[in-house]
Amino acid sequence: MSAFQGIAGPHPVGRGARQPTAEHGARGLWSKRIITGYGFWIFLLSDIVMFSAFFATFAVLVDATAGGPSGKDLFDLRSVGLETVCLLVSSFTCGLGSIGAQTRNGLWFYSAMTVTFVLGAAFLGLEIREFASLVARGAGPARSAFLSAFFTLVGCHGLHVTAGLLWLLTMMAQVFAKGYRPDILRRLLCFSLFWHTLDIIWVALFSVVYLMGFAP
Amino acid sequence: MLGKLSWDAIPFDQPIPLFAAGMVGVVIVGVLALITLKGWLPYLWREWITSVDHKRIGVMYVFLAMVMLLRGFVDAIMMRSQQALAFQAPGYLPPEHYDQIFSAHGTLMIFFVAMPFVIGLMNFVVPLQLGVRDVAFPTLNSVGFWLTATGALLVNISLVVGEFARTGWLPYPPLSELTYSPGVGVDYYLWALEISGVGTLVAGINLVTTLLKMHAPGMTYMRMPMFCWTALASNLLIVAAFPILTATLAMLLLDRYLGFHFFTNEAGGNVMMFMNLIWAWGHPEVYILILPAFGVFSEVIATFSRKPLFGYRSMVMATMAICILSFTVWLHHFFTMGAGADVNAIFGVLSMIIAVPTGVKVFNWLFTMYGGRVVYSTPILWSLGFMVTFVVGGMTGVLLAVPPADFLLHNSLFLVAHFHNVIIGGVLFGSFAGYNYWFPKAFGFRLHDGLGKAAFWFWIIGFYVAFMPLYVLGLMGMTRRMQHYDVPAWHPWLLIAAAGAVLILVGIILQIAQIVVSIGHRDTLRDTTGDPWNGRSLEWSTPSPPPAFNFAVLPLIEGEEPYWGIKQRAIRQARLRDEPAYSEIEMPRNSPTGFICAFFATVMGFALIWHIWWLVAVGALGAFATFVVFAWRDEDEYAISADEVARIDRANRSARAEALARLQSAR
Repeated sequence: MSAFQGIAGPHPVGRGARQPTAEHGARGLWSKRIITGYGFWIFLLSDIVMFSAFFATFAVLVDATAGGPSGKDLFDLRSVGLETVCLLVSSFTCGLGSIGAQTRNGLWFYSAMTVTFVLGAAFLGLEIREFASLVARGAGPARSAFLSAFFTLVGCHGLHVTAGLLWLLTMMAQVFAKGYRPDILRRLLCFSLFWHTLDIIWVALFSVVYLMGFAP
Repeated sequence: MLGKLSWDAIPFDQPIPLFAAGMVGVVIVGVLALITLKGWLPYLWREWITSVDHKRIGVMYVFLAMVMLLRGFVDAIMMRSQQALAFQAPGYLPPEHYDQIFSAHGTLMIFFVAMPFVIGLMNFVVPLQLGVRDVAFPTLNSVGFWLTATGALLVNISLVVGEFARTGWLPYPPLSELTYSPGVGVDYYLWALEISGVGTLVAGINLVTTLLKMHAPGMTYMRMPMFCWTALASNLLIVAAFPILTATLAMLLLDRYLGFHFFTNEAGGNVMMFMNLIWAWGHPEVYILILPAFGVFSEVIATFSRKPLFGYRSMVMATMAICILSFTVWLHHFFTMGAGADVNAIFGVLSMIIAVPTGVKVFNWLFTMYGGRVVYSTPILWSLGFMVTFVVGGMTGVLLAVPPADFLLHNSLFLVAHFHNVIIGGVLFGSFAGYNYWFPKAFGFRLHDGLGKAAFWFWIIGFYVAFMPLYVLGLMGMTRRMQHYDVPAWHPWLLIAAAGAVLILVGIILQIAQIVVSIGHRDTLRDTTGDPWNGRSLEWSTPSPPPAFNFAVLPLIEGEEPYWGIKQRAIRQARLRDEPAYSEIEMPRNSPTGFICAFFATVMGFALIWHIWWLVAVGALGAFATFVVFAWRDEDEYAISADEVARIDRANRSARAEALARLQSAR
């Protein structure tokens, strides 16, 4: 057996042959920017699947308070509302920072990204304060299955924000050290996708955990 | 300082693990000594460990799978011999050790044999079949492989330092909770799978992006080879299912480490939620494994039948139908939960429906062979063995999908026989078929056919002798995971099963002999043209082994089975296509990022298992620093000159021109 042996089949250029159209000719390899962004989207989808597992768990365990406090007894909507504002505004400033990078406007980029960082850190600070006060009131994650699910779901989002802040600092340092190289711009694209996704997850989280926690 | 770690962790009082560990230690030290003495280390570092070439990474995945297969098989033969001896007797394995063995066997075989084997094949083959030069994210690919290796390493460290889980291959709570499993065994399991799970997810994202966004010009989705379609379905399932595993195991970790109450018996924890979550991952997982195997069979059967795959479009439809349906049947793993007749009926019917697209595939393979000139080489023997064996396994699966029957057969050896029937007969046979089929592409010489066939016959006969008795035992009421038993009627069947395991052992020895003999005779087995089987898809248009850049010029695709088309045209015109204009090719540079990152992940995993908190911080910082260093580099590509490309491609062209001339003169 070796190459070229065999019967000349009825399919001269393989089955499913058509004339290559302009569209087929053009769709060769996509640009690196498209491929990177696309791959990162796939990652974000997988991350959302992970969150959905925590959401489902929370939904199952929301009434499993084991005689302990429920959401209604614990949540401080004002503080959570402030967190929400911080995070949503930070997403807007992140968008401004992306425009700054696109237009190579350093002042714009650094200042918008610094505001993004500060707002993200403020969000995180408020969340840590909330967690600390819950633990101080004896409503830590080991108190009941409901609180386990609450701390895990909200804490997982908080961990993502922490990772995002670390990433943002690294990116700012990279832009500072290396300038607006194409690979760095691709990473910035991924970062802003990540940051916006954390917003989307927070909106779901705010509704399911906090608002529905207050629903009658 | 060292957390829970002390000298007590090493089982000095248990001769079997200590001896096994000693043997493994001797082998590892021997291999390392050989590598160092022969001066192979720089070569290994440069060409393999730091390689970001998808072909090299694919080969390393398969190598990892084969080594772990040996370890997992040792566990299997210990279980079979224990059950053969333990009739009204304690046998030679005490219960706590026996429990670790069946847990390690399942964990290794699924996560560190089947998974790396199919991911390795996909990594190696998919870019070649798509007609592109690399995967979407080459360095990430290396990270994914090395994180998988970290998981395998942690499971094997547990043999010497501490213990492994005694909770089965899926750690069902409350047994796996701290109250009932206070040791480090479950922690080894959890951290090994969390780390390797990240590796698998990375591999999945990488391959999905490659399959959807990187194609040679003209390679539309409906022209992709069948293996690419099954790889796409499998990797979509990885992306959608593995995060659930990560989340579920994280919850169990939180229960164990910080006293949370997800799955405990107290404070509102819900044990059955674990079963639901773990099988929401676990059922797609079996399709993650089997779909690439289906792809291998599709390629092998078409090639060796000398015919195009029958019903390509229906095959694509069936693959994607399985991809979606696989998420709708998880509850059939615990019909006995008590969800009620309605719920069980729905999941029972859905489980049976999955048999329909699978049946479509089996008929397509049969019709592909029908009227073909079937060449009975080793890969197609595995495919034929698969078709018979897998249909039997599928049938018993449909039996188990009937809830009333399942209530009787749940957790019996009938179930054990069923899933070995589909995993060995499907995934493993498919992996072996793919291994024999693509080996010449990877290394430039074929595997010895006679020994391959002998190995096949021992495997398949051994399989039937080992597992058909388990169906009988299951119907007789024997449950799985028994360390000893007192029922005289079971004993003869377990003796037969043990004999089957010995036959499989002979098959494995023959496979090792096959490699050794093939390397020894590599000059006579040499694949000079790059197309040893008269293949139909693009990987056979490259030389064996393919150059780093795969294709000197990206091929223009004008139909399905593009390489078959190219060959037919060459035969008609009695000459090859005109030599293309060569230009410089940029390829990604090698990077130790994956290896270093996995080193820190291993350190961190080990430290987490033993509660050595400062070392956890060191590992985490190291991993972060690795990524920053990687992000900081300025040169990420190197160029291969047009002359070099031309030299390699001209050698390939002249080999093919000779083959063409031989064919023309034979006519």
